[in-house]
Amino acid sequence: MLHIYCPYCEELREEEEFHPKGQAHITRPADPDACSDEEWGDYLFFRDNPRGIHHEMWVHAIGCRKFFNVTRNTVTYEILETYPMGEQPRFTAEYPEGKPADQLNDAQQEPSRQEGVHV
Amino acid sequence: MQRYSGFGLAKHALSHHENWERQWRNPTPKKQYDVVIVGGGGHGLATAYYLAKEHGITNVAVVEKGWLGGGNTARNTTIVRSNYLWDESAALYEHSMKLWEGLSQDLNYNVMFSQRGVMNLAHTLQDMRDVQRRVNANRLNGIDSEVLTPEQIQAIVPVMDCSKNARYPILGASWQPRAGVARHDAVAWGFARAADALGVDILQNTEVTGFKIRDGRIYGVHTNRGDIEAKTVGCVAAGNSGVLAKMAGFRLPLESHPLQALVSEPLKPVLDTVVMSNHVHGYISQTDKGDLVIGAGIDGYNGYGQRGSYPTVEHTLQAVIEMFPIFSRVRMNRQWGGIVDTCPDACPILSATPVKGLYFNCGWGTGGFKATPGSGHVFAWTLAKNQAHPIAAPFSINRFHTGALVDEHGAAGVAH
Ligand SMILES: Cc1cc2nc3c(=O)[nH]c(=O)nc-3n(C[C@H](O)[C@H](O)[C@H](O)COP(=O)(O)OP(=O)(O)OC[C@H]3O[C@@H](n4cnc5c(N)ncnc54)[C@H](O)[C@@H]3O)c2cc1C
Ligand SMILES: [Zn+2]
Repeated sequence: MLHIYCPYCEELREEEEFHPKGQAHITRPADPDACSDEEWGDYLFFRDNPRGIHHEMWVHAIGCRKFFNVTRNTVTYEILETYPMGEQPRFTAEYPEGKPADQLNDAQQEPSRQEGVHV
Repeated sequence: MQRYSGFGLAKHALSHHENWERQWRNPTPKKQYDVVIVGGGGHGLATAYYLAKEHGITNVAVVEKGWLGGGNTARNTTIVRSNYLWDESAALYEHSMKLWEGLSQDLNYNVMFSQRGVMNLAHTLQDMRDVQRRVNANRLNGIDSEVLTPEQIQAIVPVMDCSKNARYPILGASWQPRAGVARHDAVAWGFARAADALGVDILQNTEVTGFKIRDGRIYGVHTNRGDIEAKTVGCVAAGNSGVLAKMAGFRLPLESHPLQALVSEPLKPVLDTVVMSNHVHGYISQTDKGDLVIGAGIDGYNGYGQRGSYPTVEHTLQAVIEMFPIFSRVRMNRQWGGIVDTCPDACPILSATPVKGLYFNCGWGTGGFKATPGSGHVFAWTLAKNQAHPIAAPFSINRFHTGALVDEHGAAGVAH
């Protein structure tokens, strides 16, 4: 059972309160009518599917019902961080130990974000 | 190849069954093959077999990172059926069903294909309408398919709670009498043995770590046992297809999820058909040995850990026990997961790729075991002729750009 830290409720809760909602940070094309079939198909259907660090959206379905992002390892299932919508991850495939401090903004340095770390 | 027969069995009994020939060789990789198949699951092995048998292409290697059938081929709940809704998928799965019907003879290997019938239950009015629509579509496609009433269902499965007050009331079911189950590891072994006998090299413990691509064309693979050259490469790697696509420099419309199953201790015969319920994500059958085989739904998140989550299996068992109160005290022996590559339209991808000479056969998700012979058959044709087999053509990766999806969620979404 995963324990997930909801960045809005600021609590660790059990997996069953949440629903995974697929890959995070996919932006809807600003002008869909201007997209080629390729661009639109890529946006709708094509996904990263990595073995290892992945960024995904979850919703706290039977809690606050808000969407947020999770950085999770898809092999060990370790959750490295959870962070609100609109923010960028600290842990990435490029920086599995976390981005260096000079690449982080203030919000990302807040300690509460670390509490989501859970194996 | 040493042929198997009743006479052979009696003969080998005299020497205490100690002198059986190995079922396939363990060759050292050659530098070059005409075709390399990546993935030694049922689909990859079937592809190699039909390449050799139907197209005379025998300079073929099947490259498998682990052992044969260690992937989903021997992790599934072995349901074989062909009652899919759309013409494109019905053609594909029925093609496979016809091959299943002669497979043990063809391979000279008992795959224990048992046509004990498969029933898909309807618990709501909408389920019932979907069942009727699908049964009608099946019949138009020449596939055996019937609608059963609750009374007929009760007669076939006396131990199921078909009463009006059941938690999940049973309003009816679709029924395919020719459907059933097969022994999954025997399918991998049977194809491997028959392919090996025709000259195919089966390379176990050999992992593909990269592709050799020049000017948009494939000319080989990198493996942990050295490079292997081939102008045609077919990837049949199920849950790991996305990882291989990334190595080749493109993405697929796939996500890999854990799907789990479990088996009970052996019981006396109690269930002689296969019962599936899409609505409550449970399906169940009993093996010849007596174990109940139960399959669950997928975990919602992406994952490569070959285990399933506890809430998912708990949900399935709750539903199974509501439908079969008699099983409430049965103990479960083993539980495991496999990584299924799910596609947005719940249909496979059998396709050329942006890299010339590189083909992918994947996206079978939760339901590809039943397609093993058919998938191998049409994929071999595609590789041999460099052109999609007519049955495979609608399953090109282009459909995610043209919009011509084959939406099988109704027949395949959670059912297998
Ligand atoms: C729990 C469960 C229940 C299921 N129930 C059913 C069912 O009842 N009916 C049904 O029809 N289907 C069912 N399925 C789906 C079915 O098992 C699969 O669709 C099918 O077996 C896929 O076969 P395959 O040969 O493509 O994949 P696999 O058997 O997974 O073979 C792929 C192979 O590729 C190898 N590989 C991966 N990467 C590499 C690499 N880099 N180099 C070399 N080799 C590599 C893997 O080791 C693996 O052996 C179920 C699946 C699961 C997990
Ligand atoms: Zn919350």
